[in-house]
Amino acid sequence: MTTTNPAIEVRDFNFFYGDNKVLHDIALDIPQKQVTAFIGPSGCGKSTFLRSINRMNDIIPGARVEGRISLGGQDLYAPGVDVVSLRRRVGMVFQKSNPFPKSIYENVAYGLRIAGESDKRVLDSTIERSLQRAALWDEVKDRLNASALALSGGQQQRLCIARALAVDPEVLLMDEPASALDPIATQKIEELVYELKNNYTIVIVTHNMQQAARVSQRTAFFMLGKLVEFDDTRTIFMTPKEKLTEDYITGRFG
Amino acid sequence: MSRPRHVRNALMTGVFSLAGWVAIVFIFLIFLFTFKETTVVLNVEHMKAFFLANPPVWQPTSDIPKLSLIPIILGTLKATVVGLLFACPVGVAAALFSSEFAPPRLREVIKPTIELLAGIPSVVMGFFALIVLATWLQDTFGFVYRLNAVNAGLALGFALVPIVYTISEDGLAAVPRAHREASYALGATRFQTAWKVVLPAAAPAVFASFVLAFGRAVGETMILLMAGGNAAITSFSLLDPLRTLSATIAAEMGEVVVGSEHYAALFFMGALLFVITFISNTVGQMVIRRMSRRMQGAAS
Amino acid sequence: MRKVKDRVFIALLGTSVLLILAILVVLIANIAYHGARQVTWEFITQPPRDGLMAGGIFPAIVGTAALVILMSVVAVPLGVATAIYLHEYTPAEGLTLAWRRFKASKGRPGRGRLLARAASALLATVTRSAVANLAGVPSIVFGLFGLGFFIQFIGRNIDRVTQPPGEVLWGQGSLLWAACTLALLTLPTVIVATEEALRTVPQDLREASLALGATQWETIRRVVLPGSLSGILTGAILGISRGAGEVAPILFTGAAYYLPYLPTDVTDQFMHLGYHVLILSTQSPDVEATKPLLYGTVFVLLALTFLLNIAGVLIRTRTRSRGSR
Repeated sequence: MTTTNPAIEVRDFNFFYGDNKVLHDIALDIPQKQVTAFIGPSGCGKSTFLRSINRMNDIIPGARVEGRISLGGQDLYAPGVDVVSLRRRVGMVFQKSNPFPKSIYENVAYGLRIAGESDKRVLDSTIERSLQRAALWDEVKDRLNASALALSGGQQQRLCIARALAVDPEVLLMDEPASALDPIATQKIEELVYELKNNYTIVIVTHNMQQAARVSQRTAFFMLGKLVEFDDTRTIFMTPKEKLTEDYITGRFG
Repeated sequence: MSRPRHVRNALMTGVFSLAGWVAIVFIFLIFLFTFKETTVVLNVEHMKAFFLANPPVWQPTSDIPKLSLIPIILGTLKATVVGLLFACPVGVAAALFSSEFAPPRLREVIKPTIELLAGIPSVVMGFFALIVLATWLQDTFGFVYRLNAVNAGLALGFALVPIVYTISEDGLAAVPRAHREASYALGATRFQTAWKVVLPAAAPAVFASFVLAFGRAVGETMILLMAGGNAAITSFSLLDPLRTLSATIAAEMGEVVVGSEHYAALFFMGALLFVITFISNTVGQMVIRRMSRRMQGAAS
Repeated sequence: MRKVKDRVFIALLGTSVLLILAILVVLIANIAYHGARQVTWEFITQPPRDGLMAGGIFPAIVGTAALVILMSVVAVPLGVATAIYLHEYTPAEGLTLAWRRFKASKGRPGRGRLLARAASALLATVTRSAVANLAGVPSIVFGLFGLGFFIQFIGRNIDRVTQPPGEVLWGQGSLLWAACTLALLTLPTVIVATEEALRTVPQDLREASLALGATQWETIRRVVLPGSLSGILTGAILGISRGAGEVAPILFTGAAYYLPYLPTDVTDQFMHLGYHVLILSTQSPDVEATKPLLYGTVFVLLALTFLLNIAGVLIRTRTRSRGSR
């Protein structure tokens, strides 16, 4: 299915680990400023595909791609593409929160500092805005210099989100961001994701179908490295077109 | 992204890659330059003088230089044997005790003690052997010569214990719990388990520790220079003074003419030391690597 | 009965520990007892006189300090850089796996990259082997190398170019060459300790940094190095304390037993605590008369070494307790 002015276009995308073909002929358009969820049984390749969008798979030995992923019309795998700049435009939040062993302030400031920003006023305002957007500002505004490792698991994950937002990405990739968190923290993250779509294009990988149903507008169902179905979330969950999708949704396998 | 960031990244990658070559380059250079200065004596005539001269005497400064290396090699061997005879049993026993029988708090005391012993500079150990140990040995055992192979070898042994202890202890600690539990389940006592099961399982590590201690013993200079008696004589008695390869280099290099036969002979001794320790270290490293691979293999 | 035999054997093993402890205690006590009383203010601040039979060891302290500082300046950056190369820039999977991957990729694109990886893994293995061998080279051979390479080869050639004919400035023993020689000797210690420290930084922190658009160097500078600083410091201090006690490498590369001046230039020779001990022990005309001085010097040297060792251990235990959160 096509979308007008998609944020990300994927065509004929294949991914290999050495000889092993892990993703087969993926094609889809990720719409702007919406939440797109990737669901599927474990091992279906959804996380691998996510990591291909910001080329984090480059650091894995033997990883190879064919096909095209475009951001704003530009092929991300074309020779000469600056991967470092790409990762500023496409941010990532990991499954297990990984704040740096620095202060809360310095964690969020990290992306700005490496870009050369040193003006304290700019840093202060950007950090405040990012922490507010990540729904963490009120909880930490009095202790920005405290160690990030002193925060709870849910707070750390929101800090990582704030850190990713600070560099003002176009797209935010989230790889099972709440899977390591308790239900209350998970709910906070889901509310956050729903809010964030107003300003950012979000792609979220989740093994929790209910979460995908709650949070996303479009859902892609993957299985064994293939894209089985991609449609409005309502359609996928209420009236799926493919039998495989229906079997997965209804819990026939998982 | 800004060009300066790219340039800086590429520059630092280059810097680090260059640093990676340093170790290789210098090992090669050490090899090269040690052998380079020996060319004067790298011929059959000198080899015969070094190894086959009869009587085997080392007197390079006499009118007709006598260059037999036999007394010096013998000295190195005597000191090494005495040192290993002391350090190997003591080191392994301490490692076994520490690993299998000592309560954790005692272990916390033993490890720093060994590290303290390892931290004593060899010149201090040599001083101790010269001034204190030699006198005590002579008073207790009535040696004829105050400075001899026993004195120097024993002090050398003190310095070798930490090497044997550390590597053996690593090997003992790496033996999986399952082995011990199986032994206990069969009704063995703690000592029987340690002696018949754990120690044999850690045999590669223990062997490696001996090999590395050997390498260190052969290359040790200060202790043997100060406490060995400084006499290059051909004697198999442990109660006679001795001279080792490294001590000879240390003692005589200061007064030798650059490029002379004596100079080249000393460098030849250095090259010999280099080769011996290179081989023994490579063997030791290989055993350790194979041992750690086997441990990881067992774990997977 | 078996229990008794057991206890006896265990006790026997325990005596080995007691023996080691006894040796250590006797050695330290003896040196402390005879040496501490020699350490007066005069001893530390005055040069020796009466042909080394009286006076102080001030120049030896200065020489040792200068040597150690110069050695660290060379060894620590170089060792840290080598360790960073080994840990951050070479494939983590090792040579056998990298080679296997390359062979399995026959006929597929991207082969070149896998070959480059295998080559890098090979270089890493050879480098690590070279470091291990460097660690095993006898200290006297380092001394010979310092003489044959730094002084005779590099130094003499510098003289040929920069000095009037016949003049020798760089082609002789000096602080510079002795420091370089010692730096080579301590290099493996720094490299191994630094690599261990780098290993304690979790991989996902590196990934987080890269995902934020940082280059590899920026990741190392801002995340990896700060996170491993205390481990690096420990390794540096341990290496330094080892280097401070070594005498064999400096015998022919610059140590002198009596100099009427203090070293002020890297081309100067220097007096040295350990070297002083050696000379006083083996070449003093009157051993009994120099014994007090000798004990004092040994005491200062030992105290210095132990202080450095303890500093290193303290830093290591402090980080370990802080890290286990």
